[in-house]
Amino acid sequence: MLIPCPHCGPRDVQEFSYQGDATRKRPDPASTDVHAWHAYVYDRPNPAGPHREYWQHIGGCRAHIVVERDTLSHEVLGAAFASDLSNQGGTRP
Amino acid sequence: MSPRRAASTGLVDRSQALRFTFDGRTYSGHPGDTLASALLANGITLVGRSFKYHRPRGIFTAGVDEPNALVTVLSGDGREPNIPATQIELYEGLEVESQNRFPSLEYDLGALGQLAGPLLSAGFYYKTFMGPVFGPLKGTRFWMICEHAIRRAAGLGRAGYEKDPARYEEMNAFCDVLVVGAGPAGLMAAEAAAKAGRRVILAEQEPKAGGSALWSGEMIGTRPAHQWAQAMAEKLAATENVRFLPRTTVWGYYDGNTLAALERVADRPSGTAKGLPRLRLWNIRAGKVVLATGSLERPVVFPGNDRPGVMLAGAAERYARQYGVLPGERIAVFTNNDGAYRAAAALRKAGAGVVAIVDVRPEISDAARALAQEAGVEPLLGHAVTGTAGKRLTRITIQRFDAATGRVSGDGRPVDVDCLAVSGGWSPTIHLASQAGGKPVWDEALHAFLPPSPMQPWVGAGAFAGAKTTVEALSTGRDAGLAAAGKKPSRARLPAVTAPALDPAPAPVLEIKAAGKAFVDLQNDVTAEDVRLAHREGFISVEHLKRYTTLGMATDQGKTSNLPGLAIMADARGLPIPEVGTTRFRPPFSPVSIGALAADRHRHFKPDRLTPMHDWHVGHGARMMEAGLWHRPMIYGQPGETVEQAYIREAAAVRRSVGICDVSTLGKIAVKGPDAAEFLDRVYTNTFSTLPIGKARYGLMLREDGIVLDDGTTWRLGAHDFLMTTTTANAGKVMQHLEYFLDAVWPHLKVHVTSVTDQWAGAAVAGPDARRVLEACVTGTGVDNVALPFMGIVHGRIAGAPVMICRLSFSGELAYEVYCGAGHGAHVWEALMDAGEPFAITPYGMEALGALRIEKGHVTGAEIDGRTTARDLYLDGMLSKKKPFIGSALMDRESLIDKNRLRLVGIVSLDGQPLGGGAHVVEKGSLDELGASIGHITAACYSPALERHIGLALVKGGKSRHGTRAFVSDPLRKRFGPVEIVSHHFYDPEGRRMHG
Ligand SMILES: [Zn+2]
Repeated sequence: MLIPCPHCGPRDVQEFSYQGDATRKRPDPASTDVHAWHAYVYDRPNPAGPHREYWQHIGGCRAHIVVERDTLSHEVLGAAFASDLSNQGGTRP
Repeated sequence: MSPRRAASTGLVDRSQALRFTFDGRTYSGHPGDTLASALLANGITLVGRSFKYHRPRGIFTAGVDEPNALVTVLSGDGREPNIPATQIELYEGLEVESQNRFPSLEYDLGALGQLAGPLLSAGFYYKTFMGPVFGPLKGTRFWMICEHAIRRAAGLGRAGYEKDPARYEEMNAFCDVLVVGAGPAGLMAAEAAAKAGRRVILAEQEPKAGGSALWSGEMIGTRPAHQWAQAMAEKLAATENVRFLPRTTVWGYYDGNTLAALERVADRPSGTAKGLPRLRLWNIRAGKVVLATGSLERPVVFPGNDRPGVMLAGAAERYARQYGVLPGERIAVFTNNDGAYRAAAALRKAGAGVVAIVDVRPEISDAARALAQEAGVEPLLGHAVTGTAGKRLTRITIQRFDAATGRVSGDGRPVDVDCLAVSGGWSPTIHLASQAGGKPVWDEALHAFLPPSPMQPWVGAGAFAGAKTTVEALSTGRDAGLAAAGKKPSRARLPAVTAPALDPAPAPVLEIKAAGKAFVDLQNDVTAEDVRLAHREGFISVEHLKRYTTLGMATDQGKTSNLPGLAIMADARGLPIPEVGTTRFRPPFSPVSIGALAADRHRHFKPDRLTPMHDWHVGHGARMMEAGLWHRPMIYGQPGETVEQAYIREAAAVRRSVGICDVSTLGKIAVKGPDAAEFLDRVYTNTFSTLPIGKARYGLMLREDGIVLDDGTTWRLGAHDFLMTTTTANAGKVMQHLEYFLDAVWPHLKVHVTSVTDQWAGAAVAGPDARRVLEACVTGTGVDNVALPFMGIVHGRIAGAPVMICRLSFSGELAYEVYCGAGHGAHVWEALMDAGEPFAITPYGMEALGALRIEKGHVTGAEIDGRTTARDLYLDGMLSKKKPFIGSALMDRESLIDKNRLRLVGIVSLDGQPLGGGAHVVEKGSLDELGASIGHITAACYSPALERHIGLALVKGGKSRHGTRAFVSDPLRKRFGPVEIVSHHFYDPEGRRMHG
């Protein structure tokens, strides 16, 4: 599998470290809603098809990349810097 | 010359003799022979005993599909089992041994198992041994008693115990077009792609290019096909943009058009003197792949079809034409298609007697009839072979057969033969395409599965893609090569092919039902009756059939048995074959030596991490140990000292005067930026924004789930400038943790983290005299209690080199960590040694470091084991109540604050015997009787300060057990003894010494 790192270009998957589901949403840091935190830490969908996940380019620029990957074919549908997407929304600690 | 060598030499060089031994006897063969062809040439047809029934077995094929003729290759005391004789290129001095026989191949006691034949049907082991046998032998216990004997009786070769002397290599390769298979189609494809300027790799599993051209007897252009193939291969090998890899099996088709291949460079036990590897593993990333893997012949299944002497018709033809070897002297042919007629003619031409052609079909083509004439026999149409006799085949029985109804009728007619060449038609070799994804497509005319439509960028060619003639193979090959190169099909003329006009369609007959054992899977001894039994018992899906009967699960992956097995199941279910379906093929296509996959290749290019003081340590008697990738001193041994004596001396020196330890391996991360303090407040459980510049603080990190991640000190060097230290083992993990939060969760924080572990050298100077050592060598700063209080940081120089000194203690003594640029590390270390000389400064290693920290009750990776919380380790005081931090939301979940959790305690041995890490703590029991565990010891040592054997442990209830007695239970090390549970702060619990 090749992952198109936005910084380094297409690189072999062995240069990357899987960092999990990129669709998880971190609750507000001050939240004490245990269910929301539980869902964030443990609940994972396991879609058969396109899925967004974090891959860190540990053998290259070390950036976290959000990769959209088809779990059935391993086809990579898109890749972007996680820091540009800021998808977890957390603004305060 | 042996009687089994034909007049024509084929492609074997008879001017040279090669000696080899088989079961201790010496024979002779020639370059170009395989072990199989050489054995046949010497008249040896019995080469092994079968897996389950110990039936005599011979050579069934001439290639990668061989199920029967597995041998063990010997080299001194080394042995490599289960190698098909058809895949071993003969070399001088080759030594092999037959398998699965006792006491000898000829007289095998295991064959008595055949008498119990019906008992050993599919599922027999499980039904008998796992089932409800009553009394003391019930269930699995009975199985455990019998397993040993069964495993010995049923099985294949035995592996050796010797270290493998051979060398293995791994290669990564890239190409525009990878062509798999160098038969007529593959050669054309490679040529077309190369001419279009593409970088081409052409991989062929056999030693020579040509595929079917090596033994088809056809003409391509004006030359015999094998000469055409050789010329093509030589031309391609000399082309700059082509890499031709003979002896290379492409065995795996993975995502992203990445394929794995195994090259047998010098495949013999010792490798070669030239330093070539034995095997080379290729990881090939290809733009496009041309699959030209040809087809594999399948047998017709009939009673007694496994006797030595029964072989595939194409194999018999190949032995005659390519190797100039006669597989028998009186040969019969049994077929459902025209192809075997060409084999009959070839065998006759090579000098064998062809005594019968038995064909299940009522009618045959004119071309087949002409070939029968060349073979000198009148074909028996509408007949089938229904039985065989002889330990080595001596006789077959022929009966009338109706292909429309599948019924056998009339009396059996015996015919004396020593070889029976069988053909059930040909199936495209679709394994790689199936691995790449997609469902195979049934072709009614060929009575075979064709490859699926591509799920990855590959193009098919030749017999693989359903080509029925060599002409079609050439044209589809060229078009596939052009397509892979992004070009349109060509209309240029192809070389003419001279070949008989055979009918490619077989009769749909793959089994003759008659009395007697008929084998589907020869290697796993699965019979046609086993398949029907599976059907009767409800295992009708092909996936269940496979697992229940083990059909197709042997090392040959069912290359000859796949379709006959499906045909028999389809018949039992009354369905057409495509509705029964086929299993998905998995890598590897053919067996891959573990050596090639697992051999240590320069430790997979992992670095050896050496600290700047490494040479000093080694030069001063350090015994080094590996800690992750780092090499660290374990002890600095003096002559005659044991490891224990050395670390006790070193640790005692730290408590008495002063010691020095290399701490360069600690993880060091520079955390910089306007939001650095805010960031640290979020990742640590305690607060860092309040830390004054020039001070350090001990910090604790949790994971999101509330479990402890790591601990360490972080130093504030400036308002926006921190130096974080981590444990040696967790440096990478913590770095990744920080990067994740900065990238994915808080990208707006203005913070940058950089690993600076390798940039700093560090030395811990510890002991009552530590300050005096520094006073003697540090310039530019005071180091007294005012200038450098506990957790204070100063900058100065040692022997001219800039240093940064923090007063912190891991050992519990007055101690300092001295950091300098890595390039000055050895220089500063030596200056510290000089300054410490009057105080008998003693370098100490990991063992002493471990003992000192256990005495102090400091936790490390053994206690921060991914399961413990801050409360478990009595670090609750570090948990800020004023701010949220990573892990704060989930750390107080019910189960994480349970009273009975395993919590940190100290353990003292009461019988004066050592404690071992990993040992259990129990309330009662004995050496022989296991008590219920209430926890385990995480680390243990002999404490020089307490003069006792002590340890840290995680025990249910923790502190509430202080002062109570328990036992250490370590059955593996035969240790059982009384202990007392105490506080983990064994030594100087008030910390007076480090504050002094
Ligand atoms: Zn990158």
